[in-house]
Amino acid sequence: MADVKPRVRVPSTASAGETIVIKTLINHTMESGQRKDSSGNPIPRQIINRFTAEFNGETVVDVELEPAISTNPYFEFEATVPETGEFKFTWYDDDGSVYETTSEVEVS
Amino acid sequence: MRTTTLKSGAAVIAAGAILASAAWADPFMDDTLIVNGEIEITTVAPAPDHLEGALPELISGWHYRTEETRDMERDDFDNPAMLYVEQAETVWNTVEGDAGESCASCHGGPEAFEGFWAAQPKVNPADGTLWSAEMYINDCRENRMGAEAWGWDSQPMKNMTALIASVSRGMPMNVQIDGDHAPYWERGKEIYYTRYGQMELSCANCHEDNNGNMIRADHLSQGHINGFPTYRLKQANLVSRHNRFRGCIRDTRAEPYAVGSDDFLALELYVASRANGLSIEGPAVRN
Repeated sequence: MADVKPRVRVPSTASAGETIVIKTLINHTMESGQRKDSSGNPIPRQIINRFTAEFNGETVVDVELEPAISTNPYFEFEATVPETGEFKFTWYDDDGSVYETTSEVEVS
Repeated sequence: MRTTTLKSGAAVIAAGAILASAAWADPFMDDTLIVNGEIEITTVAPAPDHLEGALPELISGWHYRTEETRDMERDDFDNPAMLYVEQAETVWNTVEGDAGESCASCHGGPEAFEGFWAAQPKVNPADGTLWSAEMYINDCRENRMGAEAWGWDSQPMKNMTALIASVSRGMPMNVQIDGDHAPYWERGKEIYYTRYGQMELSCANCHEDNNGNMIRADHLSQGHINGFPTYRLKQANLVSRHNRFRGCIRDTRAEPYAVGSDDFLALELYVASRANGLSIEGPAVRN
């Protein structure tokens, strides 16, 4: 889908073993497949069906999304960071598109 | 005789219902709003003199919403309206129309409009009539950019008004009501206090007499428009001031004025003047 832009907010620094709050947001219509257009034809489903977050290759969250989830899905979760590394966030679209972004955390 | 008994019985029940709901329906006053940790928002202000005591004090609609909804407005990352503001920023910098201009080529950044939103709607000295922000935007698009006008309630228009409002957040609403503005203001006031529709409800019946009470499942606020354009969770989109007026009048089962009509412009001026002193919150988050 055009113009889909992931956004994340991750602290750039943390102390070892600290639990940090991560916020993510992606703009997406999350078309449920249940609606009809003005001429009565069903609008095909197109949603983000999966969201994952990894830290240095290790899974932090892996979420399966369903059609009832609202437009522009927002996730907020906590993660414990043992060492300096990189978060990788991935959103999977029904149309096969994959949206990715990464974020570095420096642990002191 | 029988009718009288029934009526007074109903009145007792109604009074009981209001009392029962009052305890938990009051606005959540024990909270303050600071956006992004830096923009302090005045959500309670003394009522302006022209209200003549109609409201004891001004309370932003923000106080009437639940904790979760209030929290969404504290941080632009959590405020879904900011996605639309971002879209407007892209449009702001995009050249459109025959003149080869974008908003940015004349105005620079959107910050050029800091304070603009506080005084809208405003009489345009060019033609002596009341203009709202939407009209100024379309005037620019048609006459300076040579681009197509946007519909009043179209997505790009709502996005652009949200962007323009956002740069004035924290500044007090301050529309002019005297001079050239007086006839419009009087007309708006007349609409505000006129009962419309099968339900025979005026704006004042809900937002003046009953703010703080519940109307079925909804919490009646004072009906200020300092948070517009507002992101409504119900619609998962921005809602313009006139669209909200239309929705309220429709709910009284009346035939609403048209969005962008002279009547709604007058009402916009009057309702905006009632919030003079509250901070601009737009784009706010409401249910």
